Amino acid sequence: MSAPLIEIKDLAFSYNTRPILRSVNMTMPRGKVIAIMGGSGSGKTTLLRLIGGEIKPTAGYVKVADQVVHKLSRNDLFKLRRKMGMLFQFGALFTDLSVFDNVAFQIREHTNLPESMIRDLVLMKLHAVGLRGAYHLMPAELSGGMARRVALARSIALDPMLIMYDEPFTGLDPISLSVIGSLIRRLTDALGMTSIVVTHDVQESLKIVDYVYFLADGVIAAHGTPQEVKDSVTPFVHQFVHGEEDGPVPFHYPADAYQEDLKLENHFA
Amino acid sequence: MPKRIITSIQAIGHRVIDSIWRLGRAARFFALVLLKSTTSFLRFSLVIREIYFVGVLSLIIILVSGLFVGMVLGLQGYETLQKYGSESAVGTLVALSLVRELGPVMAALLFASRAGSAITAEIGLMKATEQLSAMAMMAVDPVARVVAPRFWAGVISMPLLAALFSVLGVFGGYLVAVVFIGVDEGSFWSSMQNAVDFRYDIVNGVIKSCFFGVTVTAIAVFEGFDAPPTAEGVSGATTRTVVTSALAILGLDFVLTSFMFRGVD
Repeated sequence: MSAPLIEIKDLAFSYNTRPILRSVNMTMPRGKVIAIMGGSGSGKTTLLRLIGGEIKPTAGYVKVADQVVHKLSRNDLFKLRRKMGMLFQFGALFTDLSVFDNVAFQIREHTNLPESMIRDLVLMKLHAVGLRGAYHLMPAELSGGMARRVALARSIALDPMLIMYDEPFTGLDPISLSVIGSLIRRLTDALGMTSIVVTHDVQESLKIVDYVYFLADGVIAAHGTPQEVKDSVTPFVHQFVHGEEDGPVPFHYPADAYQEDLKLENHFA
Repeated sequence: MPKRIITSIQAIGHRVIDSIWRLGRAARFFALVLLKSTTSFLRFSLVIREIYFVGVLSLIIILVSGLFVGMVLGLQGYETLQKYGSESAVGTLVALSLVRELGPVMAALLFASRAGSAITAEIGLMKATEQLSAMAMMAVDPVARVVAPRFWAGVISMPLLAALFSVLGVFGGYLVAVVFIGVDEGSFWSSMQNAVDFRYDIVNGVIKSCFFGVTVTAIAVFEGFDAPPTAEGVSGATTRTVVTSALAILGLDFVLTSFMFRGVD
């Protein structure tokens, strides 16, 4: 069995004194789609930023392709990032560049390929996400789903070994949502990449992923295959998967007693 | 009451410390921009593209303002000088005012409002919409690719815009004084030619506008890059660019003038 692409060991991260992640351990094998789920503020995006080397951990480490990310020099980190792709929540397309130029951006920056070859490569990537015909449009002319597909084409421009998706399903209509989901799966299989999907969308992601990690309060609350997750009786997983209002994750944010806050006196006592 | 006073003093202290931190961040950022400027010179097309946005698109406001400022100078100059029978010196007054002071200063103020604010808003919005993070994740340094070309475009554009402002100003003065009022054309130009010294007046004016170009563009790119990634953050940063640049231009103008023009030949 080949070594995992990503190994996360005793990873901790704090913003000032506020802990976001506490002793997280994960391994992510090559060629798989792995979902990281959890409520808002559970540290999912922070985990992606740590894998991409945008921030440094306060303890532990993230290893990508046998390299400890936070110990890399800036040049080595940028070399590693050339083999990574990231799909941001709303695409993060460059608004002053056309769809074609957005996809061509990374190829032009990192290679010396002739323009005719860049054209072919860009059209192939756009064809893979079904938007070859939209190459001349500007980002402002795209719908939310189209923008994310262009961003996906841009992130696979240099055939990376790893793609990270930050909330790829947020704000999409059911058709776009299903298209993005199936594209993630198909591209991962076709290009032999590893995909990490940070998402809230339980139903869509369970259809396409190979393994799921649940984050809660900065630790891994549960993990397993999609089937194990669906069958889980762990209260947190059950609440999350079935979208129950109350449970281990309370409906109310911690507060003083309701009566005290409203300054009510009990006249009937 | 004493508690309120202590809180106020603490708030002032926090603001002072924050300002000093910010100044330090700005200095480090400026050094970083200079360090990462190699890309801008190796791929000069990036700078040319930005010169179009910050320089060429600022031309209309600079040229029109220059023309009107020159016309007003011509009118006011004639009004005062003719009382002493020196209306032929109106050319000198217009040219020296523009080349030494109004050209560099007014052009820099207009540049800060038109191009500085646009640079801040653009970089701030790129940050707020994660375009800068996306670029960094693609192993492309945003300071080298986005900030440095805009900085150098501003530095190159500013003296050229100031020169055009002065040229149009002189033309505006000529229009009013010679064409409309009837001051003798020969004495208008010859008095100007005699009074304006290339090294002392024109070069010093160009040096001033170079300083203003560095200052305004450095403030604009820093404010954009440092803006909190929200709508409110970007709007605040844009306002700060205009206000800080205006104050910096006026303050710096006094310092430079006191070094350059001391009334001694």
